Amino acid sequence: MTTDTYQAVQASNINKRSTRWAEFLIQSGLGLCALVSIITTIAIIIILGKEGFSFFQHVSPAEFFLGTRWVPLLEPQSFGVLPLVWGTLLVTFGAAVIAIPIGLASAIYLSEYASDRVRSIVKPILELLAGIPTVVYGFFALTFITPLLKGIFPDIQVFNALSGAIVVGIMVLPMIATLSDNALSAVPQTLRQGAYALGATSYEVTTQVVVPAGLSGVMASFLLAISRAIGETMAVTLAAGATPNISLTFFESIQTMTAYIVQISLGDAPAGGIAYQTLFVVAGLLFVITLILNVLSQKILMRYQEVYD
Amino acid sequence: MNSTPNEQVPLADNSIIDLQEVSIFYSGKIAVDKVSFPIAKNKITSIIGPSGCGKSTLLRSLNRMNDFIPGVTVDGMVTYGGQNLHGSEVDPVEVRRCIGMVFQKPNPFPKSIYKNVAWGPGINGYKDSMDELVEQSLRQAALWEEVKDRLHESALSLSGGQQQRLCIARALAMAPDVLLMDEPCSALDPISTAHIEDLLFELKSRYTIVIVTHNMQQAARISDHTAFLETGKLIEFGVTDQIFTRPQNQRTEEYVTGRFG
Ligand SMILES: Nc1ncnc2c1ncn2[C@@H]1O[C@H](COP(=O)(O)OP(=O)(O)OP(=O)(O)O)[C@@H](O)[C@H]1O
Ligand SMILES: [Mg+2]
Repeated sequence: MTTDTYQAVQASNINKRSTRWAEFLIQSGLGLCALVSIITTIAIIIILGKEGFSFFQHVSPAEFFLGTRWVPLLEPQSFGVLPLVWGTLLVTFGAAVIAIPIGLASAIYLSEYASDRVRSIVKPILELLAGIPTVVYGFFALTFITPLLKGIFPDIQVFNALSGAIVVGIMVLPMIATLSDNALSAVPQTLRQGAYALGATSYEVTTQVVVPAGLSGVMASFLLAISRAIGETMAVTLAAGATPNISLTFFESIQTMTAYIVQISLGDAPAGGIAYQTLFVVAGLLFVITLILNVLSQKILMRYQEVYD
Repeated sequence: MNSTPNEQVPLADNSIIDLQEVSIFYSGKIAVDKVSFPIAKNKITSIIGPSGCGKSTLLRSLNRMNDFIPGVTVDGMVTYGGQNLHGSEVDPVEVRRCIGMVFQKPNPFPKSIYKNVAWGPGINGYKDSMDELVEQSLRQAALWEEVKDRLHESALSLSGGQQQRLCIARALAMAPDVLLMDEPCSALDPISTAHIEDLLFELKSRYTIVIVTHNMQQAARISDHTAFLETGKLIEFGVTDQIFTRPQNQRTEEYVTGRFG
């Protein structure tokens, strides 16, 4: 088509309002889809709030947040949530101690030292690991990690926090490695060259220029991993058991908030009763904690996107 | 070499770096073709030529920055203090401590202004007062007055021209023998450019400077010697005055007078 005829066609298109209608329909369709997730979120918040409210009519917030005994199903009942929070903290802390150093080290290796070939092999494997169903990890913990631990620490319980922490650490490791690698790879090449041109070794460039420059992305990956560890359910239930317990060792069975929710959801409590309502307060607490962590990591990520673009 | 060395300014006698038949390849594809010329101590040498002729590639071979580009091979010799910089026993980290570089686009670290200058000497074990070194380097780069009250603010808060002078200060803090500059003014306005040109004049007494530039006036104004490259080959090398007023080669004349093409 010559420019002239093309312009003529364009001019005749000016009156075609129908294309605008199609656009409008597509836009509204997309908007509706987005609306579904917003409505779902709001519905969850309302339900959690409502059940939580009637729970707190029976149990004082002080007992719930400060109590150290969690016995919701047997008489005498007691609704101190700290043992569950403690169980979650123990597993999350252990997982972080394992996953953060190894994940960061892998990210540094991938972005700064690995050849393109190695990268193109390792990255898909990491993504594959992230896609394995968590129940498989739990099974792996129970049948492989725990027996291994038993060999090292003979008096460790069958269900124990250590095994849970290790398996959750392994689960979130690929997430830290890939997200941190993305953050480090986003550090401009010119920054590395500037550092090398000052007579820096590659170790100095990596630790003192690249990692600090990508730090907000790296921190965000840590927070996301921690929030994932807090929310992790199947693997910890299988590995760490279901015994609410403020134990100071990693060798005993504990129960995390998520594991408790599974236990109740599976039908241990009659619907409508107070034990049933605990499901919603514990879920609400979990929701608030992970929400805070996610918002925090979003904030950090946004800051880092401002720096280079 | 196509030019005859000028009588008044001996070109080779006081050279600090000598390029001898330097050829550089990207995965076997030639980018610099058997280039030889000396770089005189405490002088400004400019490298000019059309885009893609190999100026940056050649400049990077002077402090082993080509090491970071996969597939680069260097033939011939770049001698510095009698040593071949591309010899197998040479430590590239040491080379870059003596031969600093300023890049086309300002690339300050996302750290404070102070730390940008102090970082290089810090990792290289500088022992004396860091505050003094930072001030002195910033003064040399004609930036001190503008930043002395905000040394601990982020370097990214500076303007482009200030950032470039910070990068020069950062390089100077290492007290290099030679300073390589790849189009240091191409992202700057005329005022910042004038600042930096003045600065180069002053630095000449203490440093040897090699500058790549697309700006003919700039090369003519500030440099003592000029090398003209075209498609990887050295067409002419000589005293700047001569290159710009009485070039020996037809191509050089066309290029410097703007009748290039
Ligand atoms: N990383 C690279 N990989 C492959 N070829 C490259 C690479 N960098 C440069 N080249 C090629 O080498 C030749 C010289 O490039 P160089 O960047 O040295 O030119 P230049 O003179 O600095 O150009 P300009 O004035 O545009 O900066 C060009 O043909 C270019 O395509
Ligand atoms: Mg260039």
